[in-house]
Amino acid sequence: MAQRPPATPAESDLLRIDDQLSPDERLVRDTVRAYTAERVMPSIADWFEAGILPRELVPELGKLGLLGMHLTGYGCAGMGPVAYGVACRELEAADSGVRSMVSVQGSLAMYPIWRYGSDAQKEEWLPRMAAGEAVGCFGLTEPDHGSDPASMKTHAEPNGTGWVLSGSKMWITNGTIADIAVVWARTPDGIRGFLVPRGARGFTARAIHKKMSLRASVTAELHFDSVKLPADAMLPGVSGLKGPLSCLTEARFGIIWGVTGAGRSCLEAAIAYSRTREQFGQPIGGFQLTQSKLAWMAADLQRAQLLALHIGRLKEAGTLRPEQVSLAKMANVRTAIDLARQARTILGANGITLEYPVIRHANNLESVLTYEGTEEIHALAVGQALTGISAYR
Amino acid sequence: MNIVVCVKQVPDTWAERTLRPADSCLDRASVDGVINELDEYAIEEGLLQAEAHDGEVTILSMGPQKAAESIRKALSMGADKAVHLVDDGLAGSDALGTSLALSTVLARIGFDLVILGAEATDARMGVLPAMLAERLRVPQLSLARKVEIDGNTVTVHRLTEYGYDQVVASLPAVVSVVEKINEPRYPSFKGIMAAKKKPVETLSLADAGIDPAQVGLGAAATEVLSFAKRPPRQAGTIVKDEGDGGSKAAEFLAAQKFI
Repeated sequence: MAQRPPATPAESDLLRIDDQLSPDERLVRDTVRAYTAERVMPSIADWFEAGILPRELVPELGKLGLLGMHLTGYGCAGMGPVAYGVACRELEAADSGVRSMVSVQGSLAMYPIWRYGSDAQKEEWLPRMAAGEAVGCFGLTEPDHGSDPASMKTHAEPNGTGWVLSGSKMWITNGTIADIAVVWARTPDGIRGFLVPRGARGFTARAIHKKMSLRASVTAELHFDSVKLPADAMLPGVSGLKGPLSCLTEARFGIIWGVTGAGRSCLEAAIAYSRTREQFGQPIGGFQLTQSKLAWMAADLQRAQLLALHIGRLKEAGTLRPEQVSLAKMANVRTAIDLARQARTILGANGITLEYPVIRHANNLESVLTYEGTEEIHALAVGQALTGISAYR
Repeated sequence: MNIVVCVKQVPDTWAERTLRPADSCLDRASVDGVINELDEYAIEEGLLQAEAHDGEVTILSMGPQKAAESIRKALSMGADKAVHLVDDGLAGSDALGTSLALSTVLARIGFDLVILGAEATDARMGVLPAMLAERLRVPQLSLARKVEIDGNTVTVHRLTEYGYDQVVASLPAVVSVVEKINEPRYPSFKGIMAAKKKPVETLSLADAGIDPAQVGLGAAATEVLSFAKRPPRQAGTIVKDEGDGGSKAAEFLAAQKFI
């Protein structure tokens, strides 16, 4: 509790958008801000440079209730979508890697078990995952199949009463630390989800190194070499691509909010720097060009925050549509990248060091731009919704 | 064991705090309210003692409507229920009025142990624990950095300028705590959800049986006669080390009577 941040990030919230949050949502905001200030911010630059995310953060996040916080039962907090969004925002204000860990655990690994799993699967995995005792990952993307998951090669063949799983998955967040992988594979009756525990014979996970983005995040490739699975490893509740795509819609919702945190961090760093950095005998925050940059950054950020809040309230009302998620994911990630680049110009050379958060956010956001649906694919989803014509399938 | 933790909502310590020119009272409306920091330690201590001694924690807060948010946070941390004393007639109460109001409610709801922070970050008087204990006619154990309860006996440990004190008293008692005592927990999200269902009793002056003539700005025994903004910080003295830096630094410290 020693390094508590201010209760309200008022400086960049000129429109007081946070006043629209409920008391519970504000309490979630303050709790996550206080936690990241104490546990993440002092070390994040070092973790980023070393390319690690300490595993011991996971049970701490579980204790707070962040893992699967928008799910009900099985030890999950059962909070509303806006509270989930606010939590993602505050996590990503610290680092996109930490938010990614939580997104993958809650929305991509726990959500499919919670929504499509059997009672036994839920009982076995969800309480431990909510507590952060077990980590999950989500295997959809393959080395040769990213935007076009329908062409996936990974397949599961019936074998007596069970299955044999073969193939590989790529760019898998949490892959090497996961206790359970939710793997999507082709079967004789369409694409199905399988729960593959760590240590299953023939299942290996290898860390991907030499990343210049999301360095404080575990990324892996998963290989399945004729992995024998029992019949009850399959998620009974869904078949076809709508299974994994529904999970991605959940996770993208978190991104819409999360990137506004990264953008806010960049704007606040730029404001603070411009007040103290002096050139030509005065703080650069007093120059018109700098003020113009800051003003537009604030305007862009607040628009993105309003968009996130609107999407959150739509989800709360149960009317949120995938193309609305696409529009907001596409728009807010682009805004956050623009904010990071503009902040970088205000910080000058300091903008490229890990002493300040800006270059870290800028690099992270390059991953966020393309993961969970590239900007182009989301544009096509929006284009189809606008014209009624599909340009890609 | 029935533990009551007194919680004050104060203006965010990070925000710029001002007094209103009209009545010299703290402007609470224009800044966000947070739980007084030392009271968070008091809540944590109440929860720890309740967990160890099968007790129940009640939060008692006197403050305007928006103090309900701080009560909610205390309940989210794990307290069982709350009493909110809220009445326009309480505005501007000084420590005497506040202690009268709180002690009246404490006597009404009953307690084995009252815990509160040693002072609040807004007024920083630090007299309320003593006033409460005096009005309630129970022992006061102040500035605790450790609390031990054994049957009907409470022992606190405190660090003073001259050494360590161990103060022992019988329950019921009032204990004030300092930040060394523990590490307050975060409200968990499950706790936030559970807090919605916890009972919060709202009392007006009339409900609590408090005489309006004895509280509020009108009844205050103290008065702010004048106030001024803190003067801007002076530039420090820079001493160039020309081989005599050490003795110059010592001269400065001696002049300030530090050494």
